[in-house]
Amino acid sequence: MSVTEDTVLSFARGHRLQQDRVRDLWLVQAPEKAFIIEGAAPHILGLVDGERTVGSVIETLTEQFSAPREVISADVLALLSDLTEKGVLRA
Amino acid sequence: MTLPQPPMSLLAELTHRCPLACPYCSNPLDLERKAAELDTAGWRRVLEQAAEMGVLQVHFSGGEPMARPDLVELVTLARKLNLYTNLITSGVLLDANKLEALDKAGLDHIQLSFQDVTEEGAERIGGLKGAQERKLKAARLIQASGIPMTLNFVVHRENVARIPQMFELARELKAGRVEIAHTQYYGWGLKNRDVLLPSREQLEESTRAVEAERAKGGLAIDYVTPDYHADRPKPCMGGWGQRFVNISPSGRVLPCHAAEIIPNMTFPNVRDESLAEIWNNSRLFNMFRGTEWMPEACRSCDRREIDWGGCRCQALALTGDAANMDPVCGRSPFHHIVEEAVEHTEAKNFVYRRF
Repeated sequence: MSVTEDTVLSFARGHRLQQDRVRDLWLVQAPEKAFIIEGAAPHILGLVDGERTVGSVIETLTEQFSAPREVISADVLALLSDLTEKGVLRA
Repeated sequence: MTLPQPPMSLLAELTHRCPLACPYCSNPLDLERKAAELDTAGWRRVLEQAAEMGVLQVHFSGGEPMARPDLVELVTLARKLNLYTNLITSGVLLDANKLEALDKAGLDHIQLSFQDVTEEGAERIGGLKGAQERKLKAARLIQASGIPMTLNFVVHRENVARIPQMFELARELKAGRVEIAHTQYYGWGLKNRDVLLPSREQLEESTRAVEAERAKGGLAIDYVTPDYHADRPKPCMGGWGQRFVNISPSGRVLPCHAAEIIPNMTFPNVRDESLAEIWNNSRLFNMFRGTEWMPEACRSCDRREIDWGGCRCQALALTGDAANMDPVCGRSPFHHIVEEAVEHTEAKNFVYRRF
């Protein structure tokens, strides 16, 4: 499925966002693996809660980072589409 | 001295007790009795120390971890500590009530083992009548619960031709992942190597079957090859004492589940010291950590931080000295040992692991 601004996403069962305080990084825990996420990704995924639309995630980040909406929107849609494709997130 | 990076994952072998008798079991030949097992408070302490150190994932294993009545309590605690919880089970002790309790405890993932796709093949390996039916029932319960599931198949000469049917079963049971793991030849597997080790043709056929299934998509596949047919060693455990820590039922702390064969070693135990002290300072964990210990040929090799010198337990089991080069490596003076083993197969009976 394709992710649009109207999509509401949540983490698929068995996947979650986690802060690793010991190593000072963020990761996504998944079945029998964990992968590190960097840059804007922890901020974006921190807003994935099964309630907000993708559009609302973009609005919130646009306010937080005072960056142009189209820049943020491109990053958010690219990341969320990729992780939905991989089964980490689901609509 | 700088401290080593903390481990990423913990294999908690809650018990060596198991209703199955697989002749390639990864438990040591010298199994630990129920009376020697850590109690619930002991395992709770281990989980707390592991989380504090920076462990991310805990794999509850055995033996059959469901033989421990405190499994749900330990999963609950692990989740509370923000550890990712994985249950590695044969499924034969699983029923709807137990699964519901594990689900409520927040269990993140289940790895369910199958010995084969045919009842005859499965019972010949597991040695337990009716096991296949119970496993299929367990798989359907797990699927209905929504807990993500990986099916694990250990493959060897007798079942390796049925890999395509293993994938069919995984798709039918809606498992998201499948692990096709060639038998690793330590302990029980090594004892039964002449009956289990596949031929090179069988290995190549199994690799083709895996690639064909990957091309179809929709199923995550982990594929573990038997290193006897390779000429570069595997990066065993991602390097000794680097990413992985194993705790035996009695609380021994090990760099891998086969390490108890290391001779003249007093194994550190969580009853005596903290997990962090053992990981950072014990003789066992520092023995083969990094590259300093390596023989010259490994130390000067450009792959030294890729394969970390391969597997110490394999070097020990096959050459008599854990500090020797892994015989799998084509540059090892002991490489002929694995080459000869590949040529030598026998039609003899299994030595079952009974406990």
